[in-house]
Amino acid sequence: MHELIDYIQSYLDPRVTTTPGVAGNIFWATVYILLVFVGLSVAVIAMNWLERKILAHMQVRLGPMRVGPHGLLQPIADAIKLLFKEDIIPAEADKLVFWIAPFIVVLAAFTVFVVVPFGPTHAITDMNIGILFMLGVSSLSVLGIVTAGWASNSHYPLIGALRSSAQMVSYEVAMGLAVVSVIMMTSFHGIDTGLYGIGPAGAQESGTLSMIGIVLAQQEQGVWFIFKFFPLGLIGFFIFAIAMVAETNRAPFDLPEAESELTAGFHTEYSGFRWSLFFLAEYSAMIAVSSIAVTLWLGGWLRPFPGLHGPSIAIPYVWPPSDPSAPTGALDFVFALCPGIAFLLLGAMCFYNVRRMPKHPLFKIQTMGLAGFGAVLGLIGLILFVPPVRDRVSDIFWFAAKVAGFMYLYIWYRGTFPRYRFDQLMKVGWKVLLPTGLALLICTALFAMRVEVWYAVVVPLWQWSVSILHWLVSLL
Amino acid sequence: MNPPVATPFFFYLLAATMIVGGILVITRKNAVHSALALITTLLAQAALYLMLYAPFVAGVQIILYAGGIMVLFLFVIMLISIERAAKERQFNKQWLVGGVAALALGGLFISVYLKTTQGKMLFPEGRMAYGESQNTQAIAALLFDRHAGQYMFAFEIASLLLLVAIIGAVVMAKKRI
Repeated sequence: MHELIDYIQSYLDPRVTTTPGVAGNIFWATVYILLVFVGLSVAVIAMNWLERKILAHMQVRLGPMRVGPHGLLQPIADAIKLLFKEDIIPAEADKLVFWIAPFIVVLAAFTVFVVVPFGPTHAITDMNIGILFMLGVSSLSVLGIVTAGWASNSHYPLIGALRSSAQMVSYEVAMGLAVVSVIMMTSFHGIDTGLYGIGPAGAQESGTLSMIGIVLAQQEQGVWFIFKFFPLGLIGFFIFAIAMVAETNRAPFDLPEAESELTAGFHTEYSGFRWSLFFLAEYSAMIAVSSIAVTLWLGGWLRPFPGLHGPSIAIPYVWPPSDPSAPTGALDFVFALCPGIAFLLLGAMCFYNVRRMPKHPLFKIQTMGLAGFGAVLGLIGLILFVPPVRDRVSDIFWFAAKVAGFMYLYIWYRGTFPRYRFDQLMKVGWKVLLPTGLALLICTALFAMRVEVWYAVVVPLWQWSVSILHWLVSLL
Repeated sequence: MNPPVATPFFFYLLAATMIVGGILVITRKNAVHSALALITTLLAQAALYLMLYAPFVAGVQIILYAGGIMVLFLFVIMLISIERAAKERQFNKQWLVGGVAALALGGLFISVYLKTTQGKMLFPEGRMAYGESQNTQAIAALLFDRHAGQYMFAFEIASLLLLVAIIGAVVMAKKRI
């Protein structure tokens, strides 16, 4: 019993610097898996509500308003409806494949979160092949979509599945090229790094594919890779940001489920619980690719301006305690307070809306519910000010905030852009993104080796042309 | 320190998955079912690479075979009329030759496994010593390193061959380019 408690407490020690998977701590790995699973499900539910509300407000509508205050309980009502809805399997469908397909998609979408780094110690595990694993497993979801479309034995799903497989295979190529340029950037260790620095001569070691390693490389070089070799990092980020929308079958690249042409695309014949699995997989895949983008280009869990610390002050209760390398800057303290302040602001927004609720007695319960929700948010905000909690979750907060920005972008795209035609989609993928990605890869390599290239190519060429000029002049 | 992940239980589980999947590939009449069984086999093979402390090879196996090639397989198979394919009689005229070849290959594997050099088994001794965390870097060094790299030429020739095949496919498929 005592050993068990020690085993559990071993990971709570502030000096722990690895993830539970790397440390081989099965108990905490299980806890992290459950936390990620629950957090992801809550995020998908929240995303469902937010998407409907934000799209509605963009189109000057109200959106869901009936179930709960401002429709806050709408996702729960939807989930209950989906669970009790009749689950139809078409008579001519291939039953086994029809049954398996949604599970393939969900498994692929959830498995990638094994390596997503929410913080230097807050990941289920860290793999030597982290980013390769994420790309590989998320590419498996196309198998589920294709088999779902085929097994339905119907025309719209089959066309949707064909479109989806062609689209996802095409955009994976451009995505991979953008990722490779970042992996190249991780290899510049050393002191002389930064926006354009590549480290002192001879200091170039091998880079890394590990998700945590990529963020650590950005920390060490003191620059997010989106700004590295400006504008090369930015171009890579844009290629990935376009390809990731196509990979997740979202507007404006949502041809596999284009309503106007294919009713609902590959999941036309699915209903009830199985349809909700596709829904779950789509949103968790969106979160997964957004976290790849955040990890690779936006510094992962690093707060904005990780290099600036401000004037040194005495921060009350730093975690880990009595650590000489603990941050002491005023800016560190300000950024550490951000998570709590964000939740307090959300709570304050709730209370502001409590005052704006209609005063009719029928709305009494809803008003009380909204006030209770605001109180819970405020309480979470207050808990986030407690020093040990504050210092442990700030990295998770920054990661989640960046991913949330991408989620908002997804909704924004859907509200703004018209859908591409299929030939336009293929044209963008193969004739624009792929050549740009290849050029980006070559430019990154040339930029990194610019000193060597200068002495090996440009200087000899210059000397050669000068000598030819001399010869021509002497002929005259 | 940590208990090893590569326990015999996982090996036998994965090997059994691969064998069952392989048998399903050649016995199913429905081509899509065969393809799904083949995907299962390939994924189990990727897991076996992981057990051999070769994560890079496992990742490439998943991306290339399960995520790339099998998707294209399914893409083509989906367009075949399954009803007609299921009615076709499965013919198999080379079972004698096939059986002899399989027996010979199996005998070769078993004899290599049982072969002893200087009283020692061949297999547990000849293992590579790379740790899991250096696998990717070790492969990169074998390919690109200025001194240790020795497979660069073979690698480039192989990729040139693939490029020629791609261009050939495009030229043959398109009437006007």
